[in-house]
Amino acid sequence: MLGEGILKGLAETAKNFAGSFVSAERLTTVEYPEQRIPTAENARVFPFLVFDGTNWEAGMRCVACQICEKECPPKCIYIEKSKDKKPDFVGKMQIYPAKFDIDVSVCMSCQICVEVCPFEAIKMDTEFELSTTDRFGGLLFDRKHLAKSNGYYHKIHPTEAAEVDARLAEEKAKAEAKAKAAAAKAAATPASGSAPGAAAPDAKAAEDAPAPKPSGGGE
Amino acid sequence: MSFVFWLLAAITVAGGLAAVLLKNLVHCALALTVVFAGLALLFLQLDAQFAGFAQILVYVGAVAILVVFAILLTRSSETPKDGGVFSRTWGAGLAISAAVFAVLGWVVLQSEAGLPREISVPNVTVLQIGNALMGRYVLPLEIVALLLTAALIGAVIVAMHEKGDAK
Amino acid sequence: MLEKADQLFVLLRDWVVGFLPPGWRDAAGVVLGVIGIVAVFPGLFAITTVLERKGLGRMQNRIGPNRTGPFGILQPIADAIKSLTKEDIVPLNADAVVHFLAPVFLVVVVFMGFAVLPVGRNMVLVDMDASLLFYFAMGASTEVSIFMAGWSSRNKYSLLGAMRAVAQMISYEVPLLMSSIVVVMMTGSLSLVRIVEAQNQYTWGLPHWYIFTPWGCAAFVMYAIAATAETNRSPFDLPEGESELVAGYFTEYSGFKFALFFLGEYLGMLSISGLGTTLFLGGWSAPLAALNWVPSWIWFFSKVMLSIVVLIWVRGTLPRLRQDQLMNFAWKFVVPMTLLNLMVAALWRFLGEGWARWVVCSAILVIVYVAAGRAGMRGKHFGPRTYRYAE
Repeated sequence: MLGEGILKGLAETAKNFAGSFVSAERLTTVEYPEQRIPTAENARVFPFLVFDGTNWEAGMRCVACQICEKECPPKCIYIEKSKDKKPDFVGKMQIYPAKFDIDVSVCMSCQICVEVCPFEAIKMDTEFELSTTDRFGGLLFDRKHLAKSNGYYHKIHPTEAAEVDARLAEEKAKAEAKAKAAAAKAAATPASGSAPGAAAPDAKAAEDAPAPKPSGGGE
Repeated sequence: MSFVFWLLAAITVAGGLAAVLLKNLVHCALALTVVFAGLALLFLQLDAQFAGFAQILVYVGAVAILVVFAILLTRSSETPKDGGVFSRTWGAGLAISAAVFAVLGWVVLQSEAGLPREISVPNVTVLQIGNALMGRYVLPLEIVALLLTAALIGAVIVAMHEKGDAK
Repeated sequence: MLEKADQLFVLLRDWVVGFLPPGWRDAAGVVLGVIGIVAVFPGLFAITTVLERKGLGRMQNRIGPNRTGPFGILQPIADAIKSLTKEDIVPLNADAVVHFLAPVFLVVVVFMGFAVLPVGRNMVLVDMDASLLFYFAMGASTEVSIFMAGWSSRNKYSLLGAMRAVAQMISYEVPLLMSSIVVVMMTGSLSLVRIVEAQNQYTWGLPHWYIFTPWGCAAFVMYAIAATAETNRSPFDLPEGESELVAGYFTEYSGFKFALFFLGEYLGMLSISGLGTTLFLGGWSAPLAALNWVPSWIWFFSKVMLSIVVLIWVRGTLPRLRQDQLMNFAWKFVVPMTLLNLMVAALWRFLGEGWARWVVCSAILVIVYVAAGRAGMRGKHFGPRTYRYAE
């Protein structure tokens, strides 16, 4: 009969109306900011720089290779290399970024910087409550602001972080094994093997470090 | 002739002059709406309730919209940007309306009703109008209805033909 | 005592007016009545906006606004402050005079409509013989204002929205008037006061409201549909639909003028609910003879707010109708049904008292409705939409 569907619809909305007072799980919204829905694990907002250990300057994984700066589509990353070097996680001396600025108002969260980084140094953060009253500098994040610990990375993306850690540990183990083998070789041939022996572990470590291309994995 | 009458007459005449003299055609149509409303208020001031409300309902509510639709369907709704409030042919408009007014005024004054006379105003209620329409004047009512239906059917046929030609 | 409560506002007005010399009393009484209307109905408008936002929210499984005041009841104040302090932008090419006059004209005309609604016993601002005709005359004038708004903005979306709105309003004027004419026919008067008094009688404790008769019920349903379309309210709100036409005819309005349009639309809703209450739901008369001790104006406003709640409910439920669908519906279904209803009402009068006329009239209306519904739906397939993709 004509109008039957309308009556059924009216009954449905009446049920919604009455039900919303009675059962709280019917409501599809939460009262932000008092309540917050937890973000999904693979949520992404803006990038941050990962550092191992407790000292953000010493433990920062970024080696200022500038690949992310070149690949960034809106060119929101600005990197200045340092003049000196510091040891990375396998002990090799690497340069580090003296300046690493990301203009978050330009960043479009495409995650290309994360995908191309060979050193697992830059990852996506999930913090979105970034509004600021400073129109001009408030959304320009510098190196210190961007540096967040590996523990934090584990907190926001547990499976990804676990994968990355496993990969880095594997690399480190390989590098150490090579170093031990080279040292053993150097000890076996002390005179003639020292120079090429010293060069070999460096070359091997330099090969192994960029080798693990970031796979699709958990990213 | 009370103050209210002079006020309403001033509004109506001003609206009529605006309808003739303004440059933008849609403004003229809106001024015509003011004239219709003024006439309705004059009817009400004369205690002719049915005529007044029917005037608003029919003229302001429907005929004004019709006039506006007709204007918008032609290209004269686009206005040239040169300044000035009055249209370029305001003299001719004024002359023609003055001539029509003169003829109508002469006709009214010549007839019986033009002479001022103290007569008792009949109190016509809607009930009496309804009784008259359904009783004494039912034949003219039905003929007018037939005429309007014919006009409606004609309009529909004209519109349909145009759609057929366009296809 | 109860008599006093019922006539509270009349007695109040008489007391205030008594302070003035006799020549001024009538005019002062009218002015007080106008002040009353201008105070009460915008107040109801504020309540309606809160009801609407909270009600629609709950119907959509969410809470409505709840930050301003407890449970969000002070939201209209926040809205009013926002509208008054926003910048009033008039487009450079727009016709400034007409652009300014359109919302003013709308609000003026809508307020005029309130003058003839009998809000309680002896509580009507102007008691005319042809008050229903006056009300419809004012309703017809709102179309001019909408056209003025749409055209003066010099914006093709506005003009399109205005043309659609005017076409829709003109189409639905016919069922609106025809369903009201049935009531006039059965009462024998165009005066709204007389119509309410005719419904203020009780048989076995039940009232003689016109909605309780078969022709009255059908007429009420058609009046409700036409009223929803007249006030451009969902599901007939295509002219102002945000997803179709930006905001239709009031795209170019901002700040206070937009607030005036909003006010005009909601006041139109209240006004047409008031008229529907007067014509079909018995106006200020109580539902049962035993409840006559409650003041009459409380009944009137309760019934109006009930109609508003139903309008909000329908808005939360139904999807928007397309322009051609709503025009088809008006001319091909509702108008013939109103004509049939007129004849059924005449039959009701001629069959005389008794149960026979109930059965016959109800049967005619129900059978024709079901048959017309089936005939209209034949050949239409409803179901999940299937898509063909280009490969």
